[in-house]
Amino acid sequence: MELLDELNILADAAKYDAACTSSGLDRSGRPGTAGSTMMAGCCHSFSADGRCISLLKVLLTNFCIYDCQYCINRRSNDLPRAAFTPRELCELTMGFYRRNYIEGLFLSSAVIQTPDYTTEQMIETLRLLREEYRFGGYIHAKAIPGADPLLTHRLGLLADRLSVNIELPSAQSLALLAPDKKKGAILAPMGQIRDGITVSKQELKVYRHAPRFAPAGQSTQMIVGATGESDRHILSLTQGLYDKYHLKRVFYSAYMPVSTSPLLPAPQGFQPPLLREHRLYQADWLLRFYHFRAEEILDEGRPDLDLRMDPKCCWALRHLEFFPVEVNRADYEALLRVPGIGVRSARRILTARRVGPLTFEGLKRLGVVLKRAQYFLTCSGRPLRGLKVTEDGLLRHLLALEAPALVPEEPVQLSLFDSAV
Amino acid sequence: MPWTQVCCCYDGSFPGFLTCVFESYVHKEEPVEFRTPEDLSCSLYPQRTVQTHSAHAQRVYRSLEGKLGREGRELFVQGFLTCLPEKELWLWRFLRMGYDRGPAFTRNLTDPIVDTVRRAVQHLNSEAHQYKGFTRFSELHGILVGEIEPKNRVLPLLRPHFRGRYPGENLVLHDRTHQEALFSRPREWAILPVEDFRPGPPGEEELQYRKLWRSFYDTIAIEGRYNPQCRMTHMPKRYWAMMTEFQKDWDTALPQLPDTSCPKKDPFV
Repeated sequence: MELLDELNILADAAKYDAACTSSGLDRSGRPGTAGSTMMAGCCHSFSADGRCISLLKVLLTNFCIYDCQYCINRRSNDLPRAAFTPRELCELTMGFYRRNYIEGLFLSSAVIQTPDYTTEQMIETLRLLREEYRFGGYIHAKAIPGADPLLTHRLGLLADRLSVNIELPSAQSLALLAPDKKKGAILAPMGQIRDGITVSKQELKVYRHAPRFAPAGQSTQMIVGATGESDRHILSLTQGLYDKYHLKRVFYSAYMPVSTSPLLPAPQGFQPPLLREHRLYQADWLLRFYHFRAEEILDEGRPDLDLRMDPKCCWALRHLEFFPVEVNRADYEALLRVPGIGVRSARRILTARRVGPLTFEGLKRLGVVLKRAQYFLTCSGRPLRGLKVTEDGLLRHLLALEAPALVPEEPVQLSLFDSAV
Repeated sequence: MPWTQVCCCYDGSFPGFLTCVFESYVHKEEPVEFRTPEDLSCSLYPQRTVQTHSAHAQRVYRSLEGKLGREGRELFVQGFLTCLPEKELWLWRFLRMGYDRGPAFTRNLTDPIVDTVRRAVQHLNSEAHQYKGFTRFSELHGILVGEIEPKNRVLPLLRPHFRGRYPGENLVLHDRTHQEALFSRPREWAILPVEDFRPGPPGEEELQYRKLWRSFYDTIAIEGRYNPQCRMTHMPKRYWAMMTEFQKDWDTALPQLPDTSCPKKDPFV
């Protein structure tokens, strides 16, 4: 088979994986090697769906022994199948990397023969790339659940970031849609990777040249919208993963209809829940950078995120007693809770107010989004001049700001006898 | 007594600008305009022509860290690479403010002068970061050749990145806007002005890789999530012209732009 066809088949098979980041590690190139990595990561292009292309995202092979219903590569799906040889993939990676098309390789694989055999093939590819081609760029590898822990360890020594896909947000959904995968089998490698990273970090403190195990950490992803879990469930799960497994990122992937299985939403007329995915990412950011807890964002009475407004605005509207915040006195945590103030502008406020008192004019210079923040702030004890808003007016104003992102509601004929009114 | 207002004419280089600062303090003159040899209009202010003097420039440069602080110096130096209109004047005001108030002045983020310089430098840095990703190289006879068209002078910021990324390669990166190029090979580099930049035709292998990349780029997008607005937000269209994935024609040496720049006309003819 031609290399071009293989690339098409195996990139097509890998594209539903959400993660394509190259961040978390600074490594400069050394003489005799090719490649470096950046802490912030680097996007090399953006595809037509607006997602970043940072890594060469391919599967090693799409021959699979499993039959997971939500997956495009399931055994029962009639697809062209292909496999890269390790050398082909190395040549391709180096060719793309030299031309600055990519930041590195994202290597995943369907399970061919056994998880152990698959992992061995991946290790062989990465070993060739690192040792023979002397590649120093970024490598993100998927750990295969069910593989021998020793093999996963070797994979982690070659890759910069490892990830294990949690696939679906609950054990019941997993049993229903991916009967070959068990919750335990997914969490076991995650725990192993976490421990490996901790041990490796300690060793590096003692010996400078100790081998580095997954120095850019681990991540995971789950599919949203294929099964009936609430956002509250997903966010608590995410928080648990960050707390217990020290993940760098949790990715959400809106379910795309790739199967006609009766267990899944019917593909006809199915709209992937893209806005829900967006809101989940916003909530995820609140967990990681804004000192929020999942219980604060959603509770029993409110199991799903409001699609009309971002989660921080929703929280603010439910906790009006917390506001207004005084810009010149509030601490960092309080500033972060104000809609329209992000991590960067909160830091700038802390720096700038050491010089003199801040005004609304000054806040605008600092990059605060005043059209959101004005309702929740005072400067030296005074709110923005001329601002008069009642509580329900506030909701309308904030909703209006989000309007372009929302689908307009269908017009409905009013009825005198509608029982709902 | 207020300083006399003058128009400074200098050669457009950074040492030249530092010499202007030195001369202004020596003659107690306040520059309100800066001219380089490329500006053909004349000024109503008395003119002071400044010859670049490296010792004087060095003296001003050495003062920067003490007076402006490390951060202030960084902003000042990088500010000279930006495309801020009247950048010399803003930098002169920035410097005066630093000399008056000491290193803490950079914390005054709401001050119009600090804010203007900071924004310009942020624009420069973000453009440089984007070009770290969006630059495309072609291999021509073993040399990596690339072309960019930035608004700011990003080459000095891209140099450490690309030299670190390709430690063993020979590479040339041409900046179309400012007509200069970075030439780099192991252990040495230079950024030189270039008048006419014409790389040779690509080889068989190069064309093959372009084809592979283009096909990967088209495959990786998910049709059900098509979102052109999001793509343009992250990757504005001004970058597209130089990127391999948007080239229709495979035989050109480098991704080529339609020639839209107007030829420079002599105003006196």
